[in-house]
Amino acid sequence: MGDALPLLLKGFETTLLATVLGTLLAAVLGLVVAVLGRAPTRLVTVPVRAVTEFVRSTPMLVQLVGAYAIFNTVEPLVIGVAVLGIHYASYVSEVYRAGIDAVPKGQWEACRALSMSPRRTWQAVVLPQAVRNVLPALGNYGISMFKETPYLAVITVPEMVSQAREYGATHFVYAEMFTLAGLIFLAASYPTSLLMRKLEKRLGH
Amino acid sequence: MGDFSSYFFGHLSEVWSGLAVTLEATVLGAAVALVLSFAFGFMANSGSVLARGVSRAIVEFFRGTSLYVQLFWFFYAFPLFFQYQLTPLFCGVLAFGMNYGAYGSEVVRGALNAVPKAQWEAAVALNMTPFQRMRRVILPQAWVQMIPPFTNLLIQLVKCTPLLWLIQAADLTTVVELMRTRTGETTSAYLTLLMLYFVLAYALTLLMNALERHAKSRLGQRSGARSLLRSRSAESTRAAGVTGGAR
Repeated sequence: MGDALPLLLKGFETTLLATVLGTLLAAVLGLVVAVLGRAPTRLVTVPVRAVTEFVRSTPMLVQLVGAYAIFNTVEPLVIGVAVLGIHYASYVSEVYRAGIDAVPKGQWEACRALSMSPRRTWQAVVLPQAVRNVLPALGNYGISMFKETPYLAVITVPEMVSQAREYGATHFVYAEMFTLAGLIFLAASYPTSLLMRKLEKRLGH
Repeated sequence: MGDFSSYFFGHLSEVWSGLAVTLEATVLGAAVALVLSFAFGFMANSGSVLARGVSRAIVEFFRGTSLYVQLFWFFYAFPLFFQYQLTPLFCGVLAFGMNYGAYGSEVVRGALNAVPKAQWEAAVALNMTPFQRMRRVILPQAWVQMIPPFTNLLIQLVKCTPLLWLIQAADLTTVVELMRTRTGETTSAYLTLLMLYFVLAYALTLLMNALERHAKSRLGQRSGARSLLRSRSAESTRAAGVTGGAR
């Protein structure tokens, strides 16, 4: 049992890596989706909305296994991060969208009156106001993504739970390993969610 | 595509049986979750420190440890500790119910707190018993607030049911996976499976919209018929705030 913990922690590293990369991807992709959703033509907004709605309403496990089977030459961790990122981008984009909607109309009009280019309007006026409120929500999505990384075990990524399962199966300590893995999740996610709650309060949500 | 679709439509009875298992896990899991939501939600609002503490501890435990780990714990670890093997579906119902019950209790707590204070005070002033106050004044108003976040949690629950495939329950994913291996048509199999879940999620959303409209009309609030067809997009961010991290 002595060598179990180092193995779990090694898996935990992979879990964290996938979570951090997935959150970053979701943050960037979500912003792109939210801005595209504001495009002046329905040719862009309707397909974008349809795709996000579809991604959001279908199970991530199926998306993951599907992507793994279809892109079978790509590294599993890359597929895992991509699916996590894309799936969560569909949620995060809603947060950005709400943030963008909350920017007063007068700000847009002022930009027009100053004859700013659309690019400058977004960059200098709208996004700085919209993105500020996204941070706590992004943190919360990061925490729930962290708790969904065990899905990656299904596509052979050696994250914490797959390490626990493998070790448990060879040494007949299945129950102990799964209990330990659960406690590690709790130990990591609970303090983080307390921190996020504090951050939310400070930003006045 | 041809191969898979002809096989799929030739074996519709298998699809139905898989769908039935998925629906069973969803409905039973949601029922357990609903009961636990109210139990822990009321406990979190009670005057007793003990009740609040117990509710907090249980809720944080089930929200903090991953659903995946909980499900596997019930299926693989539980029998080793207690010498009793639960059926896969039962494990699913237990894990889904407890996990989403924990998230749901936050919804109940938030909605109870969102009923204006004056309503509580008025009910006390009218000499209502605590039970009457809940039943006639507070709950009808809180219930309307709970439905949109509950809808989100329900869809999350549906999206977790493919986990049943990993513990050998014959759910929708298991059935379509089998069809995929038999026909060897990967892309169309997974696209079909995703479409099925999409339709299922949308159907449940419509059902919950109707429920919300009904609850609102009992309070004398009218909502247009268009609200029935609404998808969840507009609500999800709000729910993310309420449930604090449930997607």
